[in-house]
Amino acid sequence: MKITFDWLQDHLKTNLKEKHLLEQLTNIGLEVESVASLSADNELFKIAKIIKTEKHPNADRLKVCDVNVGEKEFKKVVCGAANAREGLITIYAPPGATIPKTKTKLVVAKIRGVTSYGMLCSESELNLSDESDGITELSTKFEKSIGKNFFSKSKSNLIDLSITPNRPDCLGVRGVARDLVASGFGKLLELKEKKIKSTTKQNLKVKIIKEKKQGCTAFGSCLITNVKNTESPQWLKDKLISVGQKPISAIVDITNYVMLDINRPLHAYDADKIENGIIVRNSNSGEKFTALDNKNYKLDKDMCVISDQKGVLGLGGIIGGIRSGTELDTKNIFLESAYFEPRSIRNTSKKLNLDTDAKFRFERGIDPSSIESGLNKAASLIKEICGGEISKIDIQKIGTHKTKIIKFDTDLFEKISGFKIPTKEMIKILEDLGFKCKKEKKYLKLTVPSWRPDISQEIDIVEELVRITGFDKIKIITPIKERTKSTLTQTQKLFHFLQRAIASKGYLEAITWSFTDSNYNDYFKQTKKEIKIINPISSELGVLRNSIFSNLIMYISKNLDRGFKDLSIFEIGPVFFGSSPGEQTTVVCGLSSGKKSRLSWIDKERNVDVFDVKRDVIQTLIEAGYNSDKFFIDDNTPNYYHPGKSGRIFLNKDKDQVAAYFGEIHPNILKNLDIKTDALIGFEIFLEHLKFSRKKLNDQRPKFTTSDFQKSERDFAFVVNRDVKAQDLINAISSVDQKLISNIKVFDVYEGENIPDNQKSIAISVTIQSPEKTLNDKDLEKINNLIIQTVENITGAKIRS
Amino acid sequence: MSDLKKIREEFISKLKGKLDLSEINQIKLDLFGKNGLVSSQFKKIGTINESERKKFASDLNVIKDELQNLINSKINEVENAEINKKLDKEKIDITLPERPFVRGKIHPVSQTIDEISSIFSEIGFSVEEGPDVENEYNNFTALNTPDNHPARDMHDTFYLDEKKQKLLRTHTSPVQIRTMLKDKPPFKIIAPGRTYRSDSDQTHAPMFHQVEGLHIDKNINMGHLKGCLNYLIKEFFEVDKIKMRFRPSHFPFTEPSAEVDIGYEMKDGKIIIGEGNQWLEILGCGMVHPNVLKNVKVDSTKFQGYAFGIGIDRLAMLKYGINDLRAFFDCDYRWLNHFGFDPLDVPTNYRGLSR
Repeated sequence: MKITFDWLQDHLKTNLKEKHLLEQLTNIGLEVESVASLSADNELFKIAKIIKTEKHPNADRLKVCDVNVGEKEFKKVVCGAANAREGLITIYAPPGATIPKTKTKLVVAKIRGVTSYGMLCSESELNLSDESDGITELSTKFEKSIGKNFFSKSKSNLIDLSITPNRPDCLGVRGVARDLVASGFGKLLELKEKKIKSTTKQNLKVKIIKEKKQGCTAFGSCLITNVKNTESPQWLKDKLISVGQKPISAIVDITNYVMLDINRPLHAYDADKIENGIIVRNSNSGEKFTALDNKNYKLDKDMCVISDQKGVLGLGGIIGGIRSGTELDTKNIFLESAYFEPRSIRNTSKKLNLDTDAKFRFERGIDPSSIESGLNKAASLIKEICGGEISKIDIQKIGTHKTKIIKFDTDLFEKISGFKIPTKEMIKILEDLGFKCKKEKKYLKLTVPSWRPDISQEIDIVEELVRITGFDKIKIITPIKERTKSTLTQTQKLFHFLQRAIASKGYLEAITWSFTDSNYNDYFKQTKKEIKIINPISSELGVLRNSIFSNLIMYISKNLDRGFKDLSIFEIGPVFFGSSPGEQTTVVCGLSSGKKSRLSWIDKERNVDVFDVKRDVIQTLIEAGYNSDKFFIDDNTPNYYHPGKSGRIFLNKDKDQVAAYFGEIHPNILKNLDIKTDALIGFEIFLEHLKFSRKKLNDQRPKFTTSDFQKSERDFAFVVNRDVKAQDLINAISSVDQKLISNIKVFDVYEGENIPDNQKSIAISVTIQSPEKTLNDKDLEKINNLIIQTVENITGAKIRS
Repeated sequence: MSDLKKIREEFISKLKGKLDLSEINQIKLDLFGKNGLVSSQFKKIGTINESERKKFASDLNVIKDELQNLINSKINEVENAEINKKLDKEKIDITLPERPFVRGKIHPVSQTIDEISSIFSEIGFSVEEGPDVENEYNNFTALNTPDNHPARDMHDTFYLDEKKQKLLRTHTSPVQIRTMLKDKPPFKIIAPGRTYRSDSDQTHAPMFHQVEGLHIDKNINMGHLKGCLNYLIKEFFEVDKIKMRFRPSHFPFTEPSAEVDIGYEMKDGKIIIGEGNQWLEILGCGMVHPNVLKNVKVDSTKFQGYAFGIGIDRLAMLKYGINDLRAFFDCDYRWLNHFGFDPLDVPTNYRGLSR
């Protein structure tokens, strides 16, 4: 919503300055988004006419125009706009002028070898609208004004307010003024409303069809006959330009002015083009019409249309149609002032993807009692400027708007705001805002003004009072430092622990989108359902991720392209397995690429391998409090891992839920995604699969005992089939005697010479120590034999002699 | 001169000479070996008559100790000399690089979430979570934003079905609804998490982070809200003084509603919080709307309180001088390294949030 201090002063009387105004607006909730000076050298911008255009000798798209700027000589201006044509009346900025939008100062410049004196401006360059396609087109009515200033001499700044959607009343200057007055910023001026005094009947019949979903509840109108549409008088043009609107013709300018001034949208029809009266009805599916934006619309069922016998004239409260639009030679005007239901407006405009000033206002709620005053104001102005005769006002209604009454408990104010104001002050504020107040004991009986659709209950009144009194009156109550409930749940603690544990292994934490490219996702989704976003910002971000790998791989690949080789990154976050709330799990997912000890003077460089990543995962799980003695690992992994170089980890031998996967990313994926690295190893830890012991970590810790009796280390080398796992041997050994065997370590794996094909040798060191005594040779011999026997029996191994 | 004295003088003079380790060991053997000179003197003790025996034994012990000490210190001396000689050869270039290490980092958003959690933990808030995919009801309707409310336009929503029933949450506020439906008042929670809007330009990302706050109890008023946010901002920016401004605003789920600005100024291209005359919007808040309480079956005549929503990424940018929001999610190795935090830097209250 754009206003100026000048315009505000049509409605309020104040001695305060613009500086105070800006502060006050923000303080009462009408946030000042920007303040722009339109006045800075705006007398330089002239209304001008293109007399002649020629193709630029050196550029196909450019034209060289001779422009009449009201001086003896025409100005030569180079212009690239497609609509620059002979006879067009537009706006000229001379060298020295500063373009309002870009803040660039024009100079005489050679453009591709032709000297250009100034520039012809688009609406967007002048901050008139967002229209940047071509230069401004002014109607032929401006012919008389060639050479005159386009902008008024007003020194008032353009103030852009961000009006929240609950405040349609502040979409008119008067509404803003009213709020300001309530906050003590001056006095509200009475509107001098000129009532239409006419004896002529409005003889164009209007009928609102009573039907389900009818979006129009009241339709006011009057006829103005024998008008002469003309250029608006200077004061009106200045007013519109001062808030960044382009003047068009008196009739259009007047309806715009009334809308901006008192937030009353109106629509002017050429009465002669309406056939046999107006019918306000629901549209039929498939009905078509051409709107004032020159676009054809095909309507759905049940959109609120204004029609005549021939068909649709316009979409009520949204946009009018070409067929009945006013033109320069329009003689008889049918002026509409109606009430349209916000819900209907919103449905229709959303379906047709149409956004207009009127729509924006009606969908927020227009004052239903402004129908008449709007007609009075506009019709009188039309008569004043364009002449003609006004008919009586006709208002058709199919419903009435109930006046809202609120019984307000004055104590509620302090209860919510934490501070007190006297009831007298409350009444003053509310009356200034347009409420009628009646005191009934500790209650106020309030009649809500018709322009406030946002107010329906007591809390709304509290808001009004706090807002106008000022948020700075609220006292700070310092919070008490007291905690009765633990801050984090066990799962949340684990989340933070895993996050930092993985980072401490040398991984950089990344945060990537929860959505991803389906082309990448397909590699990692397995049997999970693809979850499409209906309206993605781009097709590369079209699905929710089924795995974090898709994004991590994409980004690691980008980093590899930047020339980094040895990278470790991870992310902890959601992956999705369904499109319903809760169908998501938390995964810690990491990738490690390249080499270890690259270009080291001291260590031999080697590729990152699966055992590096296995260490990171296992160490993390152990640090998180899980007992590695119980871990169970096998090689059954999803197909995006290398089938031979990947594993999954269970926290115990029951194998109920996979705690983690780790392994090389499948070489085919690297090939298909064209990822060039020495090695790429990944892992996934599934947060929700990590079960908690019922005991706290502290209570899980066994009693501290040590043995000072002598320990002995024995080495064994077993020859086993290649498919026997080291884990099987370790498990077999530890099953022999958990009390005496305190440590088992694989220290060599060997295949090759001296070992039969398809077999391997695994060398294991076992530490044996008794908590009770020093073991003698006989004891040791016994346990030795038992180890060999057990391993041979369970795994089919043979001890190497 | 007795034998003993002779032995003593002879060997003391021998031991003063330059000897290597084997020579010293030979001397040791000569003296204290099985048939060594000193050892044989000890064997003689029994044969000496009683009147002289005591003195003899005592003299012998003195000489033994003296020679032994001398031998030990000589051995020590020689050994040290040998080590020192070896050390000379072992001199390396100590300026060569250490063995390589890699350093992991925590993302600034995660760090900021931990900081905020730590701050709120002090005043008794606990952390709640909700799903990223929400239903239309929790994200809008229950929050007093019925279908066709223009406020919905302010949220460019990602939908997962044509009927627009399932969506990516546009704010963390649905966690309020979930929390209040699940438990009974009082409520005192924060809910950090990912949020989504189909908006993407220089200052907007389709995904960003918010932290929701909710405090519902008997008699919680706007003074408590102001106090809580004042405390948060002061603690978060680790400054003694802040400038904060509450501006009336509108959110369907709170009333009265406010947007909160903090005062700042730019010094040498850096933002200084708490000084200067410029204002920066950092959060939205208000008193939970009675309609919302009704939707979650909390009696609004007995319970009331406040809620707020803060952009975490924005806070992180301000505190740590990060200019570009898009970079948060670009996963540039250099950026992560530059702005990331050491995993050991866990924000805690006693140690201070940041170093």
